[in-house]
Amino acid sequence: MNDLIKKVTQLLDDKTINVFIGYGQGTASRIRTIFVKNSSQVENLVYTSDCTANLAGYLLKHEVKKIGKLGILANDSALRSMMQLASEFQIKDGEVYVLHAAKDGSFTEFADFQSIEAYLVTIDTGITSDEQERIAKLEAMTVKERWIFWNKEFEKCIKCYACRAACPMCYCHRCTTDVNQPQWIPVASHEQGNLDYHLMRAMHLAGRCVNCGECANACPMDIPLNLLTYQLIAPIRTTFDATAGMKADAVYALSTFKPDDKENFII
Amino acid sequence: MEQQNIYQPYLMEIEKITEEAPMVKTFRLKFTNEEEGNKFSFRTGQFGEYSVFGEGEVTFCVASPHTRKGYIECTFRQAGRVTAELASLSEGDTIGFRGPYGNIFPIDDWKGKNLLFIAGGIALPPMRSVIWSCLDLRDQFKDISILYGARTVEDLVYKNELAEWKERPDVHLVTTVDPGGETPDWSGEVGFVPTILDKMIPVSENTIAIVCGPPVMIKFTFPVLEKYGFKDEQVYTTLENRMKCGLGKCGRCNVGKVFVCKDGPVFTRTQLKELPDEY
Amino acid sequence: MEKELKILKYSDLPKMIEKFISQGYPVLAPVHKGKIVEIEYVQSLDSIALDVLLSTQSAKKAAFPKVEKVLEYTMNKAGVVQHPVDPADSKETILFGVRPCDASGFKSLDAIFGEGPSDQFYLSKKEKTTIISFSCPVADEYCFCTSVGGGPGNTAGSDLQFTSVSKDELLVEILTEKGKKASRIFADLLTEANSAIDKTKFIADVKVVFDLDSVVAKTTASFGNAELWLEQSLRCIGCGACAFVCPTCACFDFQDEQDTKKGVRLRLWDSCGFSLFTLHTSGHNPREVQSQRWRQRIMHKFAYMPEQLKVVGCEGCGRCSRACPVDMNIKEHLTAIREQVTV
Ligand SMILES: Cc1cc2nc3c(=O)[nH]c(=O)nc-3n(C[C@H](O)[C@H](O)[C@H](O)COP(=O)(O)OP(=O)(O)OC[C@H]3O[C@@H](n4cnc5c(N)ncnc54)[C@H](O)[C@@H]3O)c2cc1C
Ligand code: SF4
Ligand code: SF4
Ligand code: SF4
Ligand code: SF4
Ligand code: FES
Repeated sequence: MNDLIKKVTQLLDDKTINVFIGYGQGTASRIRTIFVKNSSQVENLVYTSDCTANLAGYLLKHEVKKIGKLGILANDSALRSMMQLASEFQIKDGEVYVLHAAKDGSFTEFADFQSIEAYLVTIDTGITSDEQERIAKLEAMTVKERWIFWNKEFEKCIKCYACRAACPMCYCHRCTTDVNQPQWIPVASHEQGNLDYHLMRAMHLAGRCVNCGECANACPMDIPLNLLTYQLIAPIRTTFDATAGMKADAVYALSTFKPDDKENFII
Repeated sequence: MEQQNIYQPYLMEIEKITEEAPMVKTFRLKFTNEEEGNKFSFRTGQFGEYSVFGEGEVTFCVASPHTRKGYIECTFRQAGRVTAELASLSEGDTIGFRGPYGNIFPIDDWKGKNLLFIAGGIALPPMRSVIWSCLDLRDQFKDISILYGARTVEDLVYKNELAEWKERPDVHLVTTVDPGGETPDWSGEVGFVPTILDKMIPVSENTIAIVCGPPVMIKFTFPVLEKYGFKDEQVYTTLENRMKCGLGKCGRCNVGKVFVCKDGPVFTRTQLKELPDEY
Repeated sequence: MEKELKILKYSDLPKMIEKFISQGYPVLAPVHKGKIVEIEYVQSLDSIALDVLLSTQSAKKAAFPKVEKVLEYTMNKAGVVQHPVDPADSKETILFGVRPCDASGFKSLDAIFGEGPSDQFYLSKKEKTTIISFSCPVADEYCFCTSVGGGPGNTAGSDLQFTSVSKDELLVEILTEKGKKASRIFADLLTEANSAIDKTKFIADVKVVFDLDSVVAKTTASFGNAELWLEQSLRCIGCGACAFVCPTCACFDFQDEQDTKKGVRLRLWDSCGFSLFTLHTSGHNPREVQSQRWRQRIMHKFAYMPEQLKVVGCEGCGRCSRACPVDMNIKEHLTAIREQVTV
């Protein structure tokens, strides 16, 4: 913790960065994102095992970017989001100062995207065992059971779009949901509108979702949305040998044709 | 208790379509239900929510004068979803209309005064309603001047009416197009509205100025009026914000504490100065 | 009407619900749904979550549902035929087991929908809803009802209020004519209460954290304080969670849906937190960035509504803060306005 405070103080003092995106104490036992702009605010930083949120989404927020040069405390998920964002030309190497927070509480500086990539190949990028179990359960269901399961979940949805707002990959300037010529997705939060929205979102995240779980964590109605996109991770991996958020110059599996792509799923 | 559905529109038949300029059309609308039409009345400056069933609603001012009964007109530019759909309709088709909403141009208070209308681009429609309302009561006002500018000659709307006003001895009409927008046979002015206004040397004494147009035009026109001694309460304009209900309920059109749909769209410059920058 | 006090046994609650249902009153009440608590139609007391502090969403949907049909029409060769939708087409309903802040939250909606040409879709449903609230024996760190004029035993907006006064007894306050009417349905279960009973002993102690008049005055003066709004909202991600769970937020959108022959116009919840809310078709947006949208949220509730509608648009329920994915805590932000702004 002291290392973190010392490091961020120095970064701000020598103007390497203008703001550092990290974790602070929130309401009661909650952890929240804080933006540290000068060394007097550095003491507000905390780092505990509860600091699991993926902060990478803020790298794209207009009002955050306007502050100046950004520094971020990135956990594994955030690093992967950053690689995925870089591959989609949303952030550039050298633009952001990256301090990595490892699960054991140590902090490492990553000088460039290359070192992030080198680190990422050493870690387990899979989903948690709990999530694996839930997905296994879903996959064991008949199509009809699964349909009922999701309809029951989506029934609770109020279309607050917190899931979309929380997802670092949902950065589109005009989301398909918001396009009205033509109106692809019914705006209403009724059965059809909710279903179409969630299917569309899952499809748009296929091969891009870095399984950080922000969408499900954000949902006030406790809908396990992450399971939808997580279910697509395995097929993309086996079909295209692609994992999201591993390389800054990756080409997107679903928009690139490679001669050796498997085609057995077409027929 | 009265259990009325305030969101239910009148059904209107498109009686006549006039092509005004590229992407700009005028619809003359008459009430499908004659009784509703007879009961309907509005005052110049007000607007309505026009619906294309299946597409949604869209906000336009009533472009016809309140002095003429039995129909209303709207002039619109094709912009997005609903206007695109409207533009594809034909005479005889049915649309919906809810209204009238909003406040009015207080023309009763303008009696005995000179009127100076300054409009830019597609902002002539709200102005046209008040111009005709005043022209229909011509003897109640003193000098009436109209300065109207558009990007190009082609973009000028209400070309027939402009010609008519040009002919009238009791109207002083000046039309202008932006530099480069003129055609070889263009006989009007060339230059931006504020510049031409400056050249006109407007008289502020006993005059009301009504300014409608794109934000930049308004921004540069106000100082010119100020230069010629127009006080804030002599200057009127209208505001636009995105609307849905038109009734002060859906919550999106506010400028600070003021709802444009309910407390506007007509504001004096005095009122405008008290509003925060949120339009 | 002068309030009446009665006693109802906990053990008679199931009977009371049965009576409502058997006499044809649908009952809306909080219900556990996994980790969240929804307000739903119930058939018996068993499914009602009386042990929770607050439902995840507010009770506003009883009169202002997230999706509501306001128009219906068919198309034929001759044009369009409208089939009138009756705004008053709803049943007398019992809203049971909600909290005082839910009940009083309706006063903001009453003001917005009742002002000017009145919105009967809301008003008639509200009129037909009898609200039976439960005072709060506990509160949590998000609650600040007492700072905005309410309280854990506030009866404003409730037709009946129940307070747990012992392990097996509820104090029943009959507060309105509507409440009186509903109480007749289970009159045989009620006994007289000792009028000296001190309700405050049985409700939570919620500390006042700020002076409302001062917050209103300071908010009203803060439109131009861009720094304040930016500082507060930097982590806000612009979703609709806060507005959708809020008992007082009333903003809405219209959307048409139709197939080839018939269609409907729907009224949907909307939020000033969304960037699209005010976006002009031209691309111009009067509230372009999130800090301006956050400013709107706070100013609408604490400046515009108090001035224009004579009601503060917040009941201090803290739902928005609990629901916020990034822990924007409104109580904290209002306290900061109170402390930081000078007028
Ligand atoms: C008081 C006033 C008077 C006006 N008078 C005139 C006039 O006389 N002539 C004229 O040409 N223009 C006028 N306008 C401007 C006109 O209202 C707009 O150009 C018009 O709304 C464009 O609508 P559209 O359907 O074509 O655009 P779109 O952008 O397609 O909007 C369609 C509708 O859907 C809404 N919408 C769009 N996207 C979404 C989404 N993702 N979710 C939810 N809702 C969405 C819009 O608000 C709109 O109601 C006036 C505006 C105001 C406020
Ligand atoms: S966050 Fe939850 S309630 Fe909100 S839109 Fe997403 S799934 Fe629906
Ligand atoms: S603003 Fe927040 S605290 Fe206030 S009433 Fe709404 S949800 Fe409750
Ligand atoms: S403007 Fe915002 S805060 Fe006010 S009612 Fe609408 S959504 Fe709620
Ligand atoms: S305050 Fe929270 S809930 Fe409200 S818009 Fe911002 S992020 Fe969403
Ligand atoms: S248009 Fe709905 S409040 Fe103004």
